[in-house]
Amino acid sequence: MGLFSSGKTRFVDSDILIIGGGFGGCGAAYESRYWGRNLNIVIVEKANIERSGAVAQGLSAINCYMGMQWDENQPDDFVRYARGDLMGLVREDLIFDIARHVDATVHKFEEWGLPILKDPKTGRYMREGKWQIMIHGESYKPIIAEAARKSATKVYNRIMVTHLLMDRARPNRVAGAVGFNVRDGNFYVFRAKAVIVGAGGASHIYRPRAVGEGMGRTWYAPWSSASAYGLLIPTGAKMIQMENKIVLARFKDGYGPVGAWFLLLKSYATNAYGEKYEASWFDQIKSLVGKYADTKPMPTCLRNHAMIGEMKAGKGPIYMQTQEGLDTKEKEETGWEDFLDMTISQAVVWASQNIDPKEKPSELTLSEPYVMGSHATCSGAWVSGPEDLAPEDYQWGYNRMTTVEGLFGAGDTVGGSAHKFSSGSFTEGRLAGKSAVKYVMDLKDDAPQVDEAQIKKLKELIFRPLENYQVGRNEIVAGTVAPGYITPLQGLQRLEKLMDEYVGGYSTFYITNEPLLNRALELIGMLTEDLEHIGAEDLHQLQRAWELHHRVLTAEAVARHTLFRQETRWPGYYYRADHPKLDDAEWHVFTASEYDAKTGDWRMSKLPVHHIIK
Amino acid sequence: MPTFTYMTRCDGCGQCVDICPSDIMHIDPVTRRSYNTEPNFCWECYACVKACPQHAIDVRGYADFAPLGHSVRVLREEAKGTISWKIRYRDGRVKEFTFPIRTTPWGSIKPPSDYEAPDANDLSSPMLAHEPAALKVATLPTLPPFEQKKG
Ligand SMILES: Cc1cc2nc3c(=O)[nH]c(=O)nc-3n(C[C@H](O)[C@H](O)[C@H](O)COP(=O)(O)OP(=O)(O)OC[C@H]3O[C@@H](n4cnc5c(N)ncnc54)[C@H](O)[C@@H]3O)c2cc1C
Ligand code: SF4
Ligand code: SF4
Repeated sequence: MGLFSSGKTRFVDSDILIIGGGFGGCGAAYESRYWGRNLNIVIVEKANIERSGAVAQGLSAINCYMGMQWDENQPDDFVRYARGDLMGLVREDLIFDIARHVDATVHKFEEWGLPILKDPKTGRYMREGKWQIMIHGESYKPIIAEAARKSATKVYNRIMVTHLLMDRARPNRVAGAVGFNVRDGNFYVFRAKAVIVGAGGASHIYRPRAVGEGMGRTWYAPWSSASAYGLLIPTGAKMIQMENKIVLARFKDGYGPVGAWFLLLKSYATNAYGEKYEASWFDQIKSLVGKYADTKPMPTCLRNHAMIGEMKAGKGPIYMQTQEGLDTKEKEETGWEDFLDMTISQAVVWASQNIDPKEKPSELTLSEPYVMGSHATCSGAWVSGPEDLAPEDYQWGYNRMTTVEGLFGAGDTVGGSAHKFSSGSFTEGRLAGKSAVKYVMDLKDDAPQVDEAQIKKLKELIFRPLENYQVGRNEIVAGTVAPGYITPLQGLQRLEKLMDEYVGGYSTFYITNEPLLNRALELIGMLTEDLEHIGAEDLHQLQRAWELHHRVLTAEAVARHTLFRQETRWPGYYYRADHPKLDDAEWHVFTASEYDAKTGDWRMSKLPVHHIIK
Repeated sequence: MPTFTYMTRCDGCGQCVDICPSDIMHIDPVTRRSYNTEPNFCWECYACVKACPQHAIDVRGYADFAPLGHSVRVLREEAKGTISWKIRYRDGRVKEFTFPIRTTPWGSIKPPSDYEAPDANDLSSPMLAHEPAALKVATLPTLPPFEQKKG
């Protein structure tokens, strides 16, 4: 037994267990308490919900708000927008559902104390763009966390959840989760009637552009560890669109977002020679994706495609021309606040490189790919839709329930519902929370039972990396090179390198093909075997080890889905060089996978895309 | 390394350890002060910098791409509801900004259980808490039933 693996086992019982106290999780806590006054509602979080998840440092905009009170937009407009941006393939029922509720969520945020900017002339929220509103959002997460703490029966911080537990009698029903406390090494068994996973999306599946000290400066947070997918996949839950990874055009190195700059501050992108290049790519894009090239506004992936084209043609650096837009003190403050609220590193880059955006343009770049479900992308779980409007084959009981009974998702966890962002993720958490309450009420006494033998096995498995290290470390004098184990970082860098080189990372300009993908799968298979030999020096490294497990499983899903979809649906996100065009006749469908943890087999299938909005 | 701790200012209170989303601020067992144990997993999110009562933590931009000589300092004042920034360029220029962070007192959010309990039948409706009032429109939008194509 290793030094820490003798930790105590703690049992925690709840009606509803929420895994991950980010935007989805906090929304789930609030709503499930509203409807389930006497229920035992527990949040378990690997960090501290006060500053956890993608919004840890704050945000400067709420990217999903209809403004129905002023008739600015209606939910069906939003569905058309998200569908267009994702080249036709979204779950329209899920997106409509978020859009029709999201305004109420935002009004609550304002009541709670989130400062939302107002247009002094109209008194309405200040728009950054058609769907976005501006906030002073440095404390966005602490405010939302306060609401969640007041809703949950108990919040368990610093517990890394590693696996979901299944019912002893009914293998397709969830019964809870296990994990360990990163501070004291105790093993936690959460037994629950319903589980809502809000564990967020994935950075560090692909090699980031900065690979030294700066590898932590990814666009999505380095702690977005793919747990939403890594927890779900082993249960056999159906996953969709895992190939739909996102690449982002961002300010170079700091990865400062571009939304406010393009939309509000009227900056524009040029190549190194001052040419606005986007329009010149139209005909070439049209030859690849046909009618989708005409979508207004131009889909995110296609704008990337134009930038990639310029870079390949040797016309970089690409610049964001920021100077003209910052002509007043207010606008300069808006520009700086955009970064100081949500990507402070960009301010650090400017200060260190003597760039004043009022005087000179800043470089843009395209990021490494990310896997997530809440942005201009929609990887994630296949879930049941809203009862009143989802097509029949999109619903099987409870809104936002996955194909596993009692297992719900929100935010990045849920596939098909792109463009929900912070407000929509919180709203989706609310939808899942209400549904989970109904599920628990309907269960009555038919509560799931955990399997003692399964728990015992998992306890051994979870702490094994500490033992691997202790044993392996004795073989060597010092340093990080040992014959018997690899560190979590070494495993991560192997994953990032192979995903980058074989599955369409930046080093190949996002290009892949069938032979490359098959080679990737071979290498992922060996990495998966090597995960049994990860050595963790301490509890923190044990957390890193399990984050790596979640990332590797997610990466395999990405590679398999990318192989399955024989077309290039989103040029600018990735390219199948062996199928370079969009193919609506064969591939106007969702790709789906189900993993069998016992055999290691993946079952791939196509699922229909229904257009419920004209 | 992205964040670092000044030896003379840190008193080892552990607030930064408690808040870091990446779990990389740890207390050094010898000096009893905090340090960034894994700079390559730091997002420069400033959560620890803002939380430190001694202002003992600072950031030196990532060595991969940030030349030396800059600083971005912050003061977050919950009672005043503001956050203030001081940005010093490598060439000495300085910019200062202050922004609001919250409009209501900390701790003032009304918990969902303090609202009147909803009717149990509404558990089956598509309506969420506080709707339709919180939507600020009369009714929750819906769609006509979807006619699935047969065959
Ligand atoms: C730089 C940046 C800019 C953005 N800009 C905007 C914007 O301007 N406007 C906007 O509306 N949205 C924006 N977003 C998007 C928004 O932040 C996300 O859409 C939203 O946070 C997703 O919510 P989530 O609940 O799925 O994930 P998160 O909020 O990331 O929450 C996931 C939670 O799960 C926890 N967790 C993960 N794994 C485990 C585990 N194994 N065990 C226990 N807990 C775990 C995490 O610690 C975290 O608390 C931005 C995001 C980033 C990174
Ligand atoms: S919060 Fe500040 S004083 Fe406290 S341990 Fe961290 S650096 Fe030291
Ligand atoms: S800046 Fe953020 S990620 Fe870096 S050490 Fe501080 S809290 Fe952790």
